[in-house]
Amino acid sequence: MSGLFEPTLYMVKGMAILDSDGNRLLTKYYDPTIFPSVKEEKKFEKQLFNRANAEITMINRLTCVYRSNVDLYFYVIGSSQENELILQSVLNCLYESVSTILRKNVEKRTLLDNLDIIMLAFDEICDGGIPLETDPQVVAQRVSLRVEESPFNDQTVTQVLQSAREQLKWSLLK
Amino acid sequence: MTEVKGGSNPYQCSDKTSVLQEARVFNETPVNVKRSTHVLTKILYLLNQGETLGTKEATDVFFAMTKLFQSNDIILRRLVYLGIKELCSVAEDTIIVTSSLTKDMTGREDQYRASAIRALCRITDASMLQAVERYMKQAMVDRTSGVSSAALVSCRHIAQHSPDVVKRWVAEVQEAVHSDNVMVQYHGLGMLYQIRKSDKLAVTKMVSKLISSGMRSPYAICLLIRIVAKLIAEEESSAGERSHLMEFLESMLRHKSEMVVYEAANAVVALSAATTTTTTTTTSRDLVTAISVLQLFLFAAVRTLGKVAMTQPAAVTACNLDLENLLQDVNRSIATLAITTLLKTGSEGSIDRLMRSIAAFLNDISDEFKIVVVEALRSLALQYPRKQALLMGQLADMLRNEGGLAYKEAIASTIITIIEDNPDAKEKGLDHLCEFIEDCEHTTLAVRILHLLGKEGPRTSRPARYIRFIYNRVILEVSFIYNRVILENAAVRAAAVSVLARFGAQCPDLLPNILVLLQRCMLDTEDEVRDRSTYYHAVLSTRDPAIIARCILNPPMYSLSSLERALLSYLSSDTTKAFDASCVPAAPPPAASASLSSAASSITAAISGPEDVTSAVPALQQEKRSVSMHDNSAPVELTESETEYVVRCVKHTFLGHIILQFDCTNTLNDQLLEDVSVVVEEDGSNWQILQTLPCASLPYSCPGTCYVLLAIPEDIMSTTGTFTACLKFQVRDCDPITGEPETEDGYGDDYTLEDIEISVSDHVSAAQRSNFAAAWEELGPGSELEDTFALTSLSSLAEAVTQVTNFLGMQPCDRSEKVPDGKNSHTLYLAGTYRGGQSVLVRAKLALSDGVAMQLTVRSTDPAVSEVIASAVG
Repeated sequence: MSGLFEPTLYMVKGMAILDSDGNRLLTKYYDPTIFPSVKEEKKFEKQLFNRANAEITMINRLTCVYRSNVDLYFYVIGSSQENELILQSVLNCLYESVSTILRKNVEKRTLLDNLDIIMLAFDEICDGGIPLETDPQVVAQRVSLRVEESPFNDQTVTQVLQSAREQLKWSLLK
Repeated sequence: MTEVKGGSNPYQCSDKTSVLQEARVFNETPVNVKRSTHVLTKILYLLNQGETLGTKEATDVFFAMTKLFQSNDIILRRLVYLGIKELCSVAEDTIIVTSSLTKDMTGREDQYRASAIRALCRITDASMLQAVERYMKQAMVDRTSGVSSAALVSCRHIAQHSPDVVKRWVAEVQEAVHSDNVMVQYHGLGMLYQIRKSDKLAVTKMVSKLISSGMRSPYAICLLIRIVAKLIAEEESSAGERSHLMEFLESMLRHKSEMVVYEAANAVVALSAATTTTTTTTTSRDLVTAISVLQLFLFAAVRTLGKVAMTQPAAVTACNLDLENLLQDVNRSIATLAITTLLKTGSEGSIDRLMRSIAAFLNDISDEFKIVVVEALRSLALQYPRKQALLMGQLADMLRNEGGLAYKEAIASTIITIIEDNPDAKEKGLDHLCEFIEDCEHTTLAVRILHLLGKEGPRTSRPARYIRFIYNRVILEVSFIYNRVILENAAVRAAAVSVLARFGAQCPDLLPNILVLLQRCMLDTEDEVRDRSTYYHAVLSTRDPAIIARCILNPPMYSLSSLERALLSYLSSDTTKAFDASCVPAAPPPAASASLSSAASSITAAISGPEDVTSAVPALQQEKRSVSMHDNSAPVELTESETEYVVRCVKHTFLGHIILQFDCTNTLNDQLLEDVSVVVEEDGSNWQILQTLPCASLPYSCPGTCYVLLAIPEDIMSTTGTFTACLKFQVRDCDPITGEPETEDGYGDDYTLEDIEISVSDHVSAAQRSNFAAAWEELGPGSELEDTFALTSLSSLAEAVTQVTNFLGMQPCDRSEKVPDGKNSHTLYLAGTYRGGQSVLVRAKLALSDGVAMQLTVRSTDPAVSEVIASAVG
């Protein structure tokens, strides 16, 4: 074993958000040498999902830290030698930012409704494997581009009614 | 989100073609922000799902996307940046957006600038960098931390493909390192190290400056720790600097951020692991501090601890209590790591407790972890023989549970190891294994266990009880055939039949029953099973101990290649006489051949096989047919390894001859040796040197071989001897570089080698006897010779066993080479084959009494051979 790391900024090998069936909602892998194609990526995600009871686990020589809420599963993946606490802080940032953006409604439906913002947040947290920002407040603020808008100002009355009906339907279906 | 289909995911059912159609909405003027945002999100989602676009499609989307720059909606613009980053690797002519992005990155809107920089750096190549260089430099020292970070990170990406450009920005990067912002500082340090890393001196300088100035960002400190650790490991800095750096690492063990503490502890441990063999950079005190720190947050550190435990278990003992708490952890991988660490460090007293915990969670973990546990149990069992019964019970439980082949194999071989190590555990272990093969679906494993039963079972106190298990293997298959389910395959049945025969051969009171069983086996559907049972039935029915012993207990084990050679030469000669199998040498025991081949491969000069040797020595060609060959003995060094000429000798023994093969290497690069030969002389006059075969030329570092052919004296008592050896050659000086000789003629020279000894072991080859007692009885007392010796120079039984074994060159049987601890006497059984194919057995009773007393009894098919062996010792 060589316990000494090559000092580098590239600490994150991947980030993923999966749903309760283990399907990918949003994933990003930063090291093309690990997974040559989408097939391997998805296989890895299945393995990841099947070991979901572990806050931290090792799969294919990768250290994966994990956190979940309702029907969403958040993962941050690093090399097996990576400092787990750094990965944990990146995961924490990912989760907290998403939670702030979704106003604490961390679930699949709201996430998909705000997928554009979540994508931007994803991009703000990690750029090509380098953790760009680890403070969830800062991330949320950098992508919180809709806050100043009132939720109703550019919707007609019918649209508002429509969305209210929709919301009701969903809360009943759940 | 207007269309809600496919459950709760509005993006699920969108397919590539329709989405690309929808992308037309980008072209509308004025931009339809809402629709465009939605469609762009869809495209990004599709790409993220693993959908790939062709170059044409990507380029089309890319160009449509550029239209969206007309809108000033922030979200849309940011999504466009994302789109650019995603598509730039596929689409063509992405350079077109450079001006738009440059405008955004220099604009006043902070929301755009950071992302625009990152997008821009993705599409620019080295040549384009010139144009944006000024802006990049500005951005790096921008007071908005996001912009500064973005610039630094992009700069790091650029450094991957054009490191030279980036080097010009070092002043700005340096300024960023001293930023107040946590992330900027971290990115700055990463970038600075990237620029400096090829220059060791600059890195050292940078590190010592940063250590003294102190950094705020925990991420930056983690990175700094790694840089420091690397510096220490490279061992190029002076001792003073090193201790300074170590001091820094140690001080970081007390940092307020856990992340930093863990990183530092990791570095200290890794350094100590890396340097224990070379220098002791890290003192044990450092290690102790690191260990106590790791104790604080074991959760993340347990894996690292596991690694330390492999090399320095004592250092980890301090954490045993915490590790035991971790066994209750819900995370099974952590619990497994904890338990294996504990098993490595634990004491005898804690084993009972650990076993209970293992049983509790073993079912929840995957096979690979289970194997780790089994390996740990194995080493534990060897370490604490008194706990073997307990461990055995645990292993048996594990064997009964679910698991793959690799896992079961690991358990079975662990049990087998225990059985072999401790005779007291034998019966219990065999019981467990018997139970296991009752429903074992792995053929190889079942066969292996059956074989072990055959070897060990008959010698236990009640062999009869194993018969049921073995015969079940044959019977069950038959009943399964009726159900059209074949579980036990033919290999298992055939193995079971052989094992039955072994029981029959060794347990006379069971013989009648076994004959009945074998008779039933003759009805089997499989040829091999029928053949074996018929054969064994016939052999056992003779009730002749000699035949039974020869055919069942100690079947001849020929070296297959030699057998083939002997058969071929038999076919080409007179076939009216019966084939004489005694001239075929026995196969070397597997362990010995493994060590032999490793020894052979480790030396540089290739040792040629017996085939090559005979063809190399023409004098032997004509009598090749009658020749029986022993396998080559291990090479003997005739020179010190660091001398001018290195010579190794390999002895090949034939029926009437010995060939000495000399592998010579010339280690002088300014000499070319020619006409190299080894001259041997015996001090007595019994041996006759028939032929000497020189090596024509021996250039620098190319091994060459020469041979000497000796005739073995007729008188069997004088077949040992000592030879003086001397290397004779012609030297020609040559150019050290080209190896071209400088002189026309060489001059003669010689070089004295160490003496060559031909001893008894050169005439004997090791042979396997799976049942020594039967073989011993078979040879009978007719040719027995007995003598007593006092080996005063030896102080332990184990030493005596190795000495005698090596001296006679024979194979220990029945695991008699292992001397149990704390015994005063031991019996060693050896088996071998003499040069002419006569089998030789030796029983050496050893007793410890002021040195070692040995009573040696030799039996052989030829009395003369017994005499040679008996007289050899002494």
